[in-house]
Amino acid sequence: MNTAIFYALIGSGLLILGLYTLIVHAHLLRKILALNIIGSGVFLILVALAKRTHISMPDVVPHAMVITGIVVAVSATALALAIMTKYNALSGRTQLMHKPRQ
Amino acid sequence: METLNLLNWMFDLFLGVGLLYLAWATLAATDLFKAIVLFITFGLLMSIAWVRLNAIDIALAEAAIGAGLTGALLLSALSKIQHNEGKPLSSSPDDKQARISISLSFIIISILLVLTVGLGWSILSFPMNAPGLSLEVSQQLENSGVVNPVTAVLLNFRAYDTLLEMMVLLIAVLGVWSQGNKDMLLATEPAPVLEIFTRILTPVLFLVAFYLLWVGAFSPGGAFQAGAILGATGVLLVLSNWHLQSGLLHFPLRLILITGAATFLGVAITTLLVEGQLLKYPPGSAALSILILEITATLSIGVTLAALFIGKQPGSNEDCE
Repeated sequence: MNTAIFYALIGSGLLILGLYTLIVHAHLLRKILALNIIGSGVFLILVALAKRTHISMPDVVPHAMVITGIVVAVSATALALAIMTKYNALSGRTQLMHKPRQ
Repeated sequence: METLNLLNWMFDLFLGVGLLYLAWATLAATDLFKAIVLFITFGLLMSIAWVRLNAIDIALAEAAIGAGLTGALLLSALSKIQHNEGKPLSSSPDDKQARISISLSFIIISILLVLTVGLGWSILSFPMNAPGLSLEVSQQLENSGVVNPVTAVLLNFRAYDTLLEMMVLLIAVLGVWSQGNKDMLLATEPAPVLEIFTRILTPVLFLVAFYLLWVGAFSPGGAFQAGAILGATGVLLVLSNWHLQSGLLHFPLRLILITGAATFLGVAITTLLVEGQLLKYPPGSAALSILILEITATLSIGVTLAALFIGKQPGSNEDCE
């Protein structure tokens, strides 16, 4: 096992941890945090696997994609937080309502 | 050499386990404030991991955005909802997984276990030597107009990614503005330490941003990192109660917000008409095109990120400073 595979496995660990929290926790801020952790995990897998070369320079195309991804992730987070704040101001809740069962 | 290798492995091991632990601590912390602070720490460790993976460009972006701006955004949102509730949220009992029954959580955990094994197995079964596109990138690098391969990919080879990204930023600002949220909750007077530090730091940060922008052509750095630093400077200024002149709030602000996307779109259409291909720069003009695109993109990214932090359309309704 080399560095690339090691970090890719760590990345998939982060992905699973985030996915678990996203499903289990109801609080919207926690869900947004979990989505960010999932994103970090995916980025880590992508960049770690780009290092699987025998030459010294890793594949830079995934690097460029991840830089784009980080900026997209922060703008998506800002939008999600704004929607959450609005929802909270209107309903006083911090989690989505379940549909009332008939 | 052997000891160096061992040291590297020890470092990787500690860093990897630390990342997993911090992620878990972030997601499991009962106090949301604590969770966010742990998340910021997680972002800092991530940027060290990027350095270990030879991705200095990503490390710079992560340190400014992942650790800095996202944390500021989260803390500001938390203060808003806590203000609305009038009490710390963490004490509400239904915050945690109270509603999930044992059988359901068993199903979730078994699905996730299958997913973990599948992911791990597929990562381990990848070929160990996969240079990907690195050969093509290094062959075409001299035609790209820049020396830093990451900048070459971002603004030449795959410039349409960046074009779309500028659009995403613009849409995010429009989305945030259309929520019509209340103003940020600020203390009326910023602490004197913050105020003095902001005065000292602002020119330094501007200098760092433009250095990163310029150096991006040759070594790690570029429009994204520079824009992120500009955005962080904006956040710092907002936190120390600094306001734009109201005359600048309307047209000039909106102009800067769209400059990056508009310039990109203009270059894309021009290249489409002249060269017959989207964002294929005419021979010899790549370096200049990239420089123009990077300068406008940096300005737009910086102002957009600061606007996302403020979270409210300036100059709207009762707000008139």
